[in-house]
Amino acid sequence: MRSDLFLIICLIVAGVVFAAAVLLGNDYYFFAGYVVLQYVVLSTAWNILGGYCGYVNFGSAAFFALGAYAAVAVHRFNPLPIPVLVLIGGVVSGIVGFGMGYLTLRLRGAFFAIATLALAVVLQTLVVNWEYVGGSRGAYIVRPEAIAPLGSYIRYLFLIMLLLAVGAITAARLIERSRLGYGFATIRDDELAAEASGVPTLRLKLIATTISGALMGMAGAPLPYYIGFLQPSSAFGLDYAVNSIAMPLIGGTTSWVGPLIGAVLLGSLQQIATVTISSAVNLLIVGFLLVGFVIIAPNGIIGLVHRYIRHQPDKLVGRRHVNIDAPGSTR
Amino acid sequence: MYSCSGPGWGMIFSFDLLVNAIFSGILIGAFYAAVTAGVSLSFGILDVVNIAHPAFIILGSYIAYVINARLGLDPILASIIVTPGFYVLGAGIYQIYYASFEKRGQESLRGLAFFFGLLFITEVSLVLYFGVDYRYVEAAYIGPTWHLGAVDIPLRVLVPCVVSLLLIAALQLLLTRTFVGRAIMAVAQDQLALKLMAVDPIRIKRIAFGISIATASLAGAFLIIIQPVEPSVGREYIGRVFAICVLGGMGSLPGTLIAAMLIGIVESVTSTFYGPSWAPAVSFGFLLLTLAVRPAGLLGR
Amino acid sequence: MTAMLEVDGLGKRFGGFVALEGISLSVRAGERIGLIGPNGSGKSTLVNCICGTLRNEAGTVRFDGQLLDGATAHQRTRRGLARTFQLPRPFVSLSLADNLRIPLLYTVAARAGGHRSVSEIVQRCGDLLREVGLERKAARLPRELTQVEMRKLELARAMAAEPKLLIADESMAGLTHSEVEEILMLLNRLNEQGVTIILIEHIMRAVMSFSQRLVVLVSGRKIADGDPNVVMRDPEVERAYLGQ
Repeated sequence: MRSDLFLIICLIVAGVVFAAAVLLGNDYYFFAGYVVLQYVVLSTAWNILGGYCGYVNFGSAAFFALGAYAAVAVHRFNPLPIPVLVLIGGVVSGIVGFGMGYLTLRLRGAFFAIATLALAVVLQTLVVNWEYVGGSRGAYIVRPEAIAPLGSYIRYLFLIMLLLAVGAITAARLIERSRLGYGFATIRDDELAAEASGVPTLRLKLIATTISGALMGMAGAPLPYYIGFLQPSSAFGLDYAVNSIAMPLIGGTTSWVGPLIGAVLLGSLQQIATVTISSAVNLLIVGFLLVGFVIIAPNGIIGLVHRYIRHQPDKLVGRRHVNIDAPGSTR
Repeated sequence: MYSCSGPGWGMIFSFDLLVNAIFSGILIGAFYAAVTAGVSLSFGILDVVNIAHPAFIILGSYIAYVINARLGLDPILASIIVTPGFYVLGAGIYQIYYASFEKRGQESLRGLAFFFGLLFITEVSLVLYFGVDYRYVEAAYIGPTWHLGAVDIPLRVLVPCVVSLLLIAALQLLLTRTFVGRAIMAVAQDQLALKLMAVDPIRIKRIAFGISIATASLAGAFLIIIQPVEPSVGREYIGRVFAICVLGGMGSLPGTLIAAMLIGIVESVTSTFYGPSWAPAVSFGFLLLTLAVRPAGLLGR
Repeated sequence: MTAMLEVDGLGKRFGGFVALEGISLSVRAGERIGLIGPNGSGKSTLVNCICGTLRNEAGTVRFDGQLLDGATAHQRTRRGLARTFQLPRPFVSLSLADNLRIPLLYTVAARAGGHRSVSEIVQRCGDLLREVGLERKAARLPRELTQVEMRKLELARAMAAEPKLLIADESMAGLTHSEVEEILMLLNRLNEQGVTIILIEHIMRAVMSFSQRLVVLVSGRKIADGDPNVVMRDPEVERAYLGQ
């Protein structure tokens, strides 16, 4: 399917989702849906570096929170419309992503993961000590009551996140099917052989960290408006890190579909659990699902579908069923 | 550099403060080394990225707390009693890890995620069972402080420090003098050679990982003696532990000890003169620096 | 006439272990060089240093007149240096056809005038697979291949990069007599098309029939370099292989 057609379909689906939420009449669905959509963006972003390239980022929360804090910082200076803040968040986190990549991408897999964790804490410490955005005490952002013609402000935020999610998925799919996606796959499979085949691995890895970071920053930018009170301990929370890893792993890391499935399923599950049981149990469920899936179904839900419905052996990735005569699978 | 959250304007530089900071840094450093010893084994020697190690330490803290609260036993004694249980836990976890990931060659992504999940399960289970209140233990040496000239030495830090050093020494003896210990060192270098000597490398690794988690039991007791504990305290140790492990040369216990003391001192001095809110950045910053400049660590391989 | 590959005083250590010392080698364009030596003599280390997978501490490498110092492995591949790995390293999540697609997308396309359309790429992948006899498995994954087939894939992938110089590191290990002949024919054909080839092999029959010049490496040092027949009668070479 061509990418522009895919985008149109996504937008139509998004429109349907929005309309359905409006029809349900309860603003709660917008609040809950916002979180799920936010995770769609985070998981998709994480998967670009983690699933496609094989580099595990434990510091997702940092890029996410930086987007939020960039928005706060700019808001304090001069309140700009949210879409602009989203772009700013993306730029800030993209730059940090590039910087992180530059510092750490020469490291072997496990070291890279640990370095991302370290970076997240360093960034968090910097923010905690930055009085302009409230430091450890936090920052209040007043959410406007309503915005025409959508109604309550939360609908506006929901719409923004919906469009971001569409954008993230489309971008991931585009990358997957392009020369870049092939390059990412070789980095994941065998970096040494990739270099020997002419793949500029460092450059591609930097592209991956930058895009991944930027998307996470964009997802974080509207957060201050959503929760009204931004605190480093919650914005940098490990919950974001664990979810952005668990959702792609549970959904399946080999294509854009996996993070989407993982985010929608796991995100909804957590929203239900928060309301019915408690929010601590949330993370327990996530932890168990993560461990369970990783042991039993390493290819995630996508892998299970392949195994049971298509009756094909559980190939470790097989996202491209290439026919030697297949046209148009590369630009 | 002036920090608004530091102790007043400017730097009130006092030699006494510095000496105390350095000294307490050394004491804490020994404790950090005990905390890291397990990771030196699992990550430094076995190449297993067990980022859940701090969670097991917290588990150890809570178990020591429960035994101390119910039976009045000294926490360190309590943790020694529980150590075999931790060993079995560690061996079991390694078995699952090996069968699910190492054998299939998927340890980088999925193995990491596995431990990450364990970290969360452990922490959240503790929250659900114990709540988020700080817990502390009671013992004769928690409270009194020795005064040696200008230096204050709280006993609740000194005792764990001394026992930590004993632990490290014992581990080093184990690794260098016993057959099992040397087999563990060997398995890191050449598994095939071990097999040819009719030693099952998987069994050795299982033993090593079991020992690694067993140290967490003791380290947990040390932790709760030094400071009150609540479930999320483990998180700040993740970076610290790996920073020390990498700085110390990955698997070298003497190196770990030196690196731990270095980090302890730097953290302590930073905290004293710039305020505690900057302390977490110290160890993590060190880690980044080390990884960027000299991944082989100070005494590296 | 400038040499295609000029290695001058190359040295490489791993900690205290000296893997290579003072290696000097000159390869002319279009030559067929055989590189032999006992296991552990440093042949693969030499290949790694030439191709940029490892950094040598001493000496220089010149390729096609240009100094390679500091150039990354992928840059060297783009300049026309290709190699196979002694233990095949296929891209396990990609089909065979896609494995060959990578060098075409990233090496050939990066060169001036190298851009190919999709159908050209697909065609080229098919041709290459046919040349090594793997066209029927084009859509399969590498893990479904036998060891021998993986070596052929490894060779095809190096060929896909359209190199000026190809280093074939033990591409024939484990092949039957006729398969060895097949690969030799393939390499000869490549050579006739102008590709310089360095063949690293233990199968003496193949090396002797293929090489115009034979280079012998023992314990990290070059001990012989010349006509294959002369070199094989060199007492030092005999000692290295047969012991004293």
